[in-house]
Amino acid sequence: MARGLPALAVAAVAVLVTISAARAQAASNGDKLTVVTSFSILRDLVREVGGDRVEVSALVGPGADAHVYAPTPRDAKIVGAARLIVVNGLGFEGWMDRLVQASATQAPVIAASVGVMPQPPPYPPPLAGEDRVGGRSRYAAASIDPHAWQSVRNAQIYVSNIRDGLIGADPLGRQNYEANAAAYMAELAGLDADIRRAVATIPPARRKVITTHDAFGYFAAEYGIAFIAAQGVSTETEASARDIARIVRVIREQNIPGLFFENAVDPRLLRRIAAETGARIGGTLFSDTLTTAAGPAATYVDMMRHNIREIVEALK
Amino acid sequence: MLIYDLLVSPFAEFEFMRRALVGISVLAVGAAPVGVLLTLRRMSLMGDAMAHAILPGAAIGYLVSGLSLFAMTTGGLIAGLVVALAAGGVARATELKEDASLAALFLISLALGVAIVSVRGNSVDLLHFLFGNVLALDNETLVLIAVVATVSLLTLALIWRPLVLESVDAGFLRSVSRSGGPAHIAFLALVALNLVGGFQALGTLLAVGVMILPAVISRFWSRDLTAMTVSAVAAGIVSGYCGLLMSYHAGLPAGPAIVLVSAVIYCASVLFGRCGGLLRGLVSRRHLEA
Repeated sequence: MARGLPALAVAAVAVLVTISAARAQAASNGDKLTVVTSFSILRDLVREVGGDRVEVSALVGPGADAHVYAPTPRDAKIVGAARLIVVNGLGFEGWMDRLVQASATQAPVIAASVGVMPQPPPYPPPLAGEDRVGGRSRYAAASIDPHAWQSVRNAQIYVSNIRDGLIGADPLGRQNYEANAAAYMAELAGLDADIRRAVATIPPARRKVITTHDAFGYFAAEYGIAFIAAQGVSTETEASARDIARIVRVIREQNIPGLFFENAVDPRLLRRIAAETGARIGGTLFSDTLTTAAGPAATYVDMMRHNIREIVEALK
Repeated sequence: MLIYDLLVSPFAEFEFMRRALVGISVLAVGAAPVGVLLTLRRMSLMGDAMAHAILPGAAIGYLVSGLSLFAMTTGGLIAGLVVALAAGGVARATELKEDASLAALFLISLALGVAIVSVRGNSVDLLHFLFGNVLALDNETLVLIAVVATVSLLTLALIWRPLVLESVDAGFLRSVSRSGGPAHIAFLALVALNLVGGFQALGTLLAVGVMILPAVISRFWSRDLTAMTVSAVAAGIVSGYCGLLMSYHAGLPAGPAIVLVSAVIYCASVLFGRCGGLLRGLVSRRHLEA
C-alpha cells in the first residue's frame, strides 16, 4: 500500500497536467475566431481581413478543384467546430450547403459574393457551322458564372462582406477588422490600377486570347481582354481533326495572338496549333485555386499579378 | 467543288492534316510489310502483346525527361525488345510455350507501365500514352517515323528470304542455313521499332492497328507475298486518309477513326475478298456443285 501511494500521486499529477494543458490549448483556440472557408482564395481574403484574431482554414486546399469537390466526414467536423463559415455563393460550391446541413452547425454562413453584379457564364462565341452535341454545351448547365473574384472590384465587395461577417461573429474585434479591411482595400485598389495599366500597354487589337479556361468572364468584362473559348479541346475528351481545324480557323480569322490552355491539354497539340497559327503559347493562368506558398500564386494578389503578367507577356 | 471540299481542302487548308497524312502513310510503308510477315508466321497477336509491352519503357522515359520524344522512344524500344526476348528465353528454358510466356510478360509490363505513368502524371497523361495524337505530329516525330520506315525496309530486304523460308518450312531452312535465329531476332526488333514509331502517332493501344489490320486485309486479296505486301501498304494508306477525313468531317478522334476505317475495309474483305472471301466461297462452291 505504502509503495502504491507515490505511483498514485504521480498518476494524479500526470492527469492534472494533461487536463490543464488541454484547457490551455482550448483557451488559446478560444481566443481566436475559427473561420472555415470553402476554398483557398476565400481563405486568403479572410486571413487578410481577420489578421491575428482569426484562425482560418479552407476545405478545398491549394491546387484542388472546388467545383467538383467531394466533402469528407472530417470536413463536417471542421465545419461543425467553426464559428463563422464563409462561402463564395453564386452556385460555386454546391456541395457546401449539404455539408453545412450535415454538420448541424449553428455558426452563421456568409456568402462573400453578395452584392456582386452576377454575369452569365462565358458562352462560347457562335461559330460557323456549330453543332452542339445533345443541344447543350457544358456551359449551359449553370446560368451564373461564379468566378466573380476574377475582377478586383468584386474582390473588394468580397472583402467588405467578409469584414461585416467577422464583426458580426466577433464584435470585440471590430476596430481590428475595419483597419485591416481598409488597408487591404487600398492594396486591392492599387492592384486594380496596376492591372488596368498593364492592359493599357497591350495594343487594343491584340487584347484577346483563346482559352480552355471558363473562369475569366469577370476578368474579361472588367479589364477589356476578350477570352474566346477554345471549343472542342477539353481536358476530358480527345480532340478530333474537326475541333482542331475549328480552333485554328478561329485564331486565324480573329487574329488572336495568345493561347492559354489548361495544363492537362496535350502539349504537343498546343505546340502544333501555335505553329499553325503563329499565336504565342501563354503560361499558366490560375483561376479558382491558389498555389502553395512556394508557388507563383500563393495569395489572391499574387495570383492576379501573375495572371496579368502572363497575359501581357503573351499579347504584347 | 463539293468533292474538292470533301476530299482535298482539309489537307490544303491545314498543315496538321498534311502532317498527319504523311506520318500515317510513312508508318504504313514500314509497318504493313512487318504485319504481313507477322500474320504469315502466325504471330498476329504478338503485335498486340508487344504494343502493350512498350508502355513501361516509354513511361520510364517520360518520368526521366517528360514528353521527350527521344527518351520515350528509346525506353519503349528497350522494353519491347526485353519482353520479346524474355518471352523467347522463357519458352526455350522452361516448358511454357512462347505465347503463354508472352501473355504473362506483357500483362506485367502493361501493369507496370500504368503504375509508372500514374506515379507522376495524371489520368490525362495516361490517355496520351494509350492513344497518342496523330494530329500533333511535330518535325521530330515525323523524322522518327521516316527513320523507322527506312530501317524497316532495309532490314526486311536483308532478312526477307530466311524469314519467309522459316515461315513456310522451318526444317528446310535449318538444314541449309543458320540464319533463322538471327533473322527472327532482327524481325522482333523491327516489330518493336515499328510499334514505337506508331506509338508516337497512335498510342500504345492503336499502334498495332496500322500493322496488323492492313496485313490481315491483304490476305483476302492475294496469295502472292509481294502483292500482299503492296496491298497491305495501300490498305494502310487508304485507312489513314479516310480516317483523317472522318475525323475532320464527323468529329471523331483521329486515331480510332483510322483504325475503324481499316476495320470496315476488313469486314468488306471478309465478305468480298478474292482469296477466301465468304461470297467468293459460296459462288465457287455452287460452281463445283453445278
